[in-house]
Amino acid sequence: MTTSPLLEMRGIAKRFPGVVALDDVNLEVGRGEVVALCGENGAGKSTLMKILGGVYQPDAGEIRVEGQPVRILKVTDAMKLGIAFIHQELNVLDNLDVAANVFLGREPLLGPFRLIDQKRIHADTEPYLKRLGLNISSRTRLDRLSLAQQQMVEIAKALSLNARLIIMDEPTSSLTLSETERLLALVRELSQQGVSVIYISHRLGEVALCADRVVVLRDGRNAGQLKRDEILHDRIVSLMVGREIKSFYVESAARRVAGFLQVRNLRTGRYPARAVSFDAGKGEILGFAGLVGAGRSEVAKAIVGLDRAATGDIKLGGESVPVGNPRAAIRRGIYLVPEDRRGEGLVVGMCVRENITLPSLKRFAPFNLIRRDRERKTAEEQMVSLKIKAPGAETLVLNLSGGNQQKVVLGKWLAMNPKVMILDEPTRGIDVGAKAEIYRLMRALAGQGTVILMISSDMEEVLHVSDRVAVMHEGQITGVLERADCTEENIMQLAVGGTVAAARAADMN
Amino acid sequence: MKKELGILTLLILLCTVTAVLNPRFISAPNLLNLANSIGLFGIFSLGLGLVIITGGIDLSVGSVFALTGVLLAMALTEWNWPWPLAAAMAIAIPTALGWGNGWLITRLKIQPFVVTLCGLLLYRGLARFIANDGTKGFGNAEGFEMLRDLSKGKLLGLPMPFVILIVITVILWFVLHRSTYGRYLFAVGRNEEATRFSGINTRLVIASSYVVAGGLTGIAGILLAFYTNSISPSNHGSFYELYGIAAAVLGGCSLRGGEGSVIGIIIGTALFQVLQNVVNLLGIPSSLNFTVMGAVVLIGVLADQIIQKRAARKQLRV
Repeated sequence: MTTSPLLEMRGIAKRFPGVVALDDVNLEVGRGEVVALCGENGAGKSTLMKILGGVYQPDAGEIRVEGQPVRILKVTDAMKLGIAFIHQELNVLDNLDVAANVFLGREPLLGPFRLIDQKRIHADTEPYLKRLGLNISSRTRLDRLSLAQQQMVEIAKALSLNARLIIMDEPTSSLTLSETERLLALVRELSQQGVSVIYISHRLGEVALCADRVVVLRDGRNAGQLKRDEILHDRIVSLMVGREIKSFYVESAARRVAGFLQVRNLRTGRYPARAVSFDAGKGEILGFAGLVGAGRSEVAKAIVGLDRAATGDIKLGGESVPVGNPRAAIRRGIYLVPEDRRGEGLVVGMCVRENITLPSLKRFAPFNLIRRDRERKTAEEQMVSLKIKAPGAETLVLNLSGGNQQKVVLGKWLAMNPKVMILDEPTRGIDVGAKAEIYRLMRALAGQGTVILMISSDMEEVLHVSDRVAVMHEGQITGVLERADCTEENIMQLAVGGTVAAARAADMN
Repeated sequence: MKKELGILTLLILLCTVTAVLNPRFISAPNLLNLANSIGLFGIFSLGLGLVIITGGIDLSVGSVFALTGVLLAMALTEWNWPWPLAAAMAIAIPTALGWGNGWLITRLKIQPFVVTLCGLLLYRGLARFIANDGTKGFGNAEGFEMLRDLSKGKLLGLPMPFVILIVITVILWFVLHRSTYGRYLFAVGRNEEATRFSGINTRLVIASSYVVAGGLTGIAGILLAFYTNSISPSNHGSFYELYGIAAAVLGGCSLRGGEGSVIGIIIGTALFQVLQNVVNLLGIPSSLNFTVMGAVVLIGVLADQIIQKRAARKQLRV
């Protein structure tokens, strides 16, 4: 009888209102095996991992650890089973030292007052640091460490919990090249020590280097798997894509004016070494595809002047737009619908009327005194034309649904005659009906001659809506695809840093 | 307006009970005295309210009173400055200090609490040093009777500070509740990031609230100096910033920012002054003064929270 694998997930299903996130998904991890989990944004990777971590409960399916069926109801259950997570965003307390982080909540205590046993906590931490080849003291505060070192501390913590399976979600997204190499070597070492790893990454090169097996998810289903000697860049990509997409694409009615918006050598604070150049035409929807963290939002913020560290040249209709000055950009009609709707797009504690008129308030205020009747009129006009479902213009925005909140953000800019409208993940967290309405709005706006830049991590959305697609990878535009060449395969190739014959260099005209 | 209704009820209730227990409460001299102190405290409390609405705080008000009080008295009696110049200085200095606060907070990103706490210490020490720790006064106000009358005289039978408060209240009501600037103050207090994304110069909005607060502190400082007529630099105006903060909080300002109203702050100030008056009139030992005030603020804030929660639940049910 063969021994059962460390982890088996069988027939896992999970539905959210309106979406099937996972449907009959299987995943198996052997002892000491490194399994890479690949898939597009929204393929179901994080949902699957959240089920493993006890954040979500599956609607159907079974999880076995070493052959025994288990139920993971909360995060601590996963911990007890020896499953540990290293998230993309680190969960460390950077005001405490290494030992305090490793043993948080499990501090060795001493004496009648049950104070922390300082000697032991540090003595107990050191061996883990050694095992990971980390040459730092356990007394170092975390904010003195690099991100890579902080990540190692999280791995040390996992090991101190006797983790048998470590799940790493995009662990290298903020690491340098040499740090990445170190991490990949560590993954191999852990595997030799008998620790299994589930490695989630968009970077297929890394996957090919460290994985024993690649499991690909697509649309919440198993799309296939590749054994060690079958792992090839192109084979992963073709498993990741290859779904049929119904096209809602509608050609813009407006006469295009190519190159109405010209961006040259734009460098953002996040990627100062990478220059971005592209053109977008009047009446065009230029999609921005790429994997999460490719630098698309940074480009958007730089164009509307919200990145003070940005440099470069932006021209709108031949006129130069100063970089790093949000008011100058707004004066020229360049607006952003940001990704973080509640944090950056709206003042949710204020009502619909106050949000819609916030950027154009001066127009409602002759002699600087606000005429609320005029404000209300404009707000109500936007509510009607955008079909915002709210009891009235005085409703607080925080009481609206996500779709309606997004329409309020749109409303505040539409009332100001946009020349360039940048939408960052415009339909994230929005239900299907409201999505269709927002697509229609974008198309109508383009029809009136507005330049539309749409950043989206939703492949279907990119293909539906865009007239052309610029694909970014690690702060650079790796290619711009014409409508005819906009296939999922091409976009994916460019998004992971590959090349596509059909793609034009970004700054070529 | 609904928000202020609770505290207004409390104020009326307190006044009624006191008037019944001690009819002297509604005697003309007592009411005029009360109006005078409401005027003095209301003016700078309004400034503090603006700062609090942006999510900030100003702890230096009391020390600024000491500094400008000493300078004003010395300019008028020792250096023989013409009174308009001295008065202008007494307003210009706090305004400039407010600008400095705003600059440190918005440009150097130092927390408002820290910046103004340093101000509290700095200005108090400076006042004591300039006055050589001696008490300063205005004597018979020879040569600047006009300024004295503007500060502690009467207009239409009402004490000047109260008249000035009414004027400032009307102006600030329009500024806060009807002007674009007022809307920006609230927006910045609620969500600075989203406001910045809407193309509003949030740093200027925040910094300017400290400038306005400084100006109002300057005006209140002159009135207060003439009211006490004796400025002892070591304790003149001490704790006043806390009275102002308490009044603003009682009046519905949230220290998290984004909430508050001019009317609320005025009612909060009035409640506070009536309370002090009540302690005197009802024979409560004056040593308990702070205890009573502390208890009332606590009860007021608790009651407000309960009412808010109920309202929120009601809205959810609808």
